[in-house]
Amino acid sequence: MDFAIDVRNLIKTYPGRPPVEAVRGIDLRVPMGECYGVLGPNGAGKTTTIEILEGLMPATSGEVRLLGLTWKQDAHSIRQKIGVSLQESKQSDKLSVRETVRLFRSFYASGTCVERVIEQVGLMDKAKAWAKNLSGGQRQRLAIACAIIGNPQLLFLDEPTTGLDPTNRRQLWEIIRRFRESGHTILMTTHYMEEAERLCDRVAIIDHGRIIAEGSPRELIASLGADHVIEFQVDDPQMQLNSLEISALPSVQLVESDRTGYRISVGQPHEVLPELMRLVARHQLQLTGLATRNATLEDVFIHLTGRHLNDDIGPNTGPGDGQIRGVDHSETGFAAEPISSAAAPLTSNRSQDVRSTKELKGTQFNDE
Amino acid sequence: MASSSMFQLVITRLLEFIRQPEAIFWVYLFPILMVVALGIAFRTQPMEQFDLLIEEGPRAAEIATILQRSPDHSFDVLILSAEECATRLRTGKTSLVVAFIDDSYIYRFDPTRPGSMASKAAVDGVLQAAAGRIDSFVPIEEAKSEPGGRYIDFLVPGLLGMGLMGGGLFGVGFAIVDLRIRKLLKLFLATPMRRSHFLISLMISRMIFMVPEVLLLLAFSWLFFGVMIYGNVLLIVGLILLGSIQFAGIGLLIASRAKTLEAASGLLNLAMLPMWTLSGVFFSYDRFPDALHPFIKALPLTPLIDALRAVMLEGETMSQLVPEIFLMAAWGVGAFLLALAIFRWND
Repeated sequence: MDFAIDVRNLIKTYPGRPPVEAVRGIDLRVPMGECYGVLGPNGAGKTTTIEILEGLMPATSGEVRLLGLTWKQDAHSIRQKIGVSLQESKQSDKLSVRETVRLFRSFYASGTCVERVIEQVGLMDKAKAWAKNLSGGQRQRLAIACAIIGNPQLLFLDEPTTGLDPTNRRQLWEIIRRFRESGHTILMTTHYMEEAERLCDRVAIIDHGRIIAEGSPRELIASLGADHVIEFQVDDPQMQLNSLEISALPSVQLVESDRTGYRISVGQPHEVLPELMRLVARHQLQLTGLATRNATLEDVFIHLTGRHLNDDIGPNTGPGDGQIRGVDHSETGFAAEPISSAAAPLTSNRSQDVRSTKELKGTQFNDE
Repeated sequence: MASSSMFQLVITRLLEFIRQPEAIFWVYLFPILMVVALGIAFRTQPMEQFDLLIEEGPRAAEIATILQRSPDHSFDVLILSAEECATRLRTGKTSLVVAFIDDSYIYRFDPTRPGSMASKAAVDGVLQAAAGRIDSFVPIEEAKSEPGGRYIDFLVPGLLGMGLMGGGLFGVGFAIVDLRIRKLLKLFLATPMRRSHFLISLMISRMIFMVPEVLLLLAFSWLFFGVMIYGNVLLIVGLILLGSIQFAGIGLLIASRAKTLEAASGLLNLAMLPMWTLSGVFFSYDRFPDALHPFIKALPLTPLIDALRAVMLEGETMSQLVPEIFLMAAWGVGAFLLALAIFRWND
């Protein structure tokens, strides 16, 4: 069977001094009917990759086949079969939703009825409204409408929900999910973990132009070996609590700390919590906050790179900053950092610069 | 038809245009305001009035009386001190100063100022006659100021051409840059839309916008100034269509790589400036040195205005306008093809 998307050793280097290696050898194989997510921080090479696939820019090298066709030989017929929503395109202000969708319908030899697509994206009551009078979420739904009007076998969505509030984001997810359920293949980029977890059958996590992990969201999270995350804060002005003590607790995989508190990845919360309480009590400290949650793709990303997905921070934030791995679990494939060097920045100001206060609020820390 | 992309592209462009009141104003009302202003400024006056100064002196009052009594001309005369006269002449507030010093008349004027030679000739004639000169013959004068030969008749074809140029360049250029900034060009590129359809649709919509523009201007100048078309009206229509295609093509070319409105605006103004001044919108390019004429005639606006004038004022036919028509077509097609080749869709 042909893959909907088959990419081999894709490389894109932007000329310049020095040249920028945006994509450094990516392989992707997306079967028909799958919703595939490309996940990564800003600047990881997501948009470059998707724009090469969309035929908007040439690759430096590598092979791209879409639906068994290549851009070199079948550009026009590929364009008839794919739908594209770009990250930053803005529809003309003074055209109505219906006029805009009708325009895009005219580009395709075959496709869906204009009214039906407007209904699919829930813009029936806005069909006559000018684009400039739409809200951010409605504009984004209009963009999706224009992308699916040609009834594409393969749909590309570049950051479809960036900048939207949670309600609008959920509406958009619903639209995307319905489109996928009707048997279409989707490739989307995102830097929202929750989005990838909810929508995608499989995701590739990319960083610095390379895929660093691939699999279903469940598999990737399971690969942490720790399904749960415990976050807690203590009133500890003298810094009595030691991360090493915490990492020695049973079932602990990873300990991170910054001025907002501690975050520990654990396999079995019920094994850790009583011990943790005892530890805090032994130091005669006051627990000011405690929460447990399931691990997310964000935790996978942190685990792999030592950075948060939405950190726009330079490469100096290497693994190890404010992070200690559980001593008993170095067999996860990620060698434990030398403890002495990792322990040093735990309470230093440096780690405060790295993590901002909003980041310990569960999955919402991705809303910018 | 309704589903063809060319048709939809033209329709959406037209809709966007008519939904911008300010664009309507600039495209449709501005040329008319221009006709009104210039038509009034250069209206044909029944008898030209000469403003002149007489330097204070023993015979100043007498000279003034002679001039004011002249039946042939109308003089507006003022007697002022020599200094005051000199100042007014220098600052251009008068075209001629008459002085009578040591038994002789002195005419002071700046020959480069429009009207100064005519003032001098008129004053001289009256003063010579008063001093006893007898005309050797009396010509029969036939004063003619009929539609067709007035400044306004010269002006309207020029303004038509200028409007087609401005509308074509800015209309098409700004539309493209706007789409580029919105990343819509990039999005279009990702669809099966034919690129040539898109560019042709811009030219077609430009031709459609310009129909009311031209009709309004022609109707207005006919109703209020009696400006007529002496030649073939269909030929005028053809020239106007050709002109709008030509400038739409050049607009495409100029905006084909511009990334911002400022950049496009600068390039468009740069392209328009030589044509505004050289191509004979407001005055004939015969005033420029002959050496410049080949260059001036090669500018896209010149053949359009020349041809419009030739048909409107002199009733020339198509066969007499082959070079102009050929040149305009070459500009339009050349610019379009070059634009298609170098057009920046992405980013």
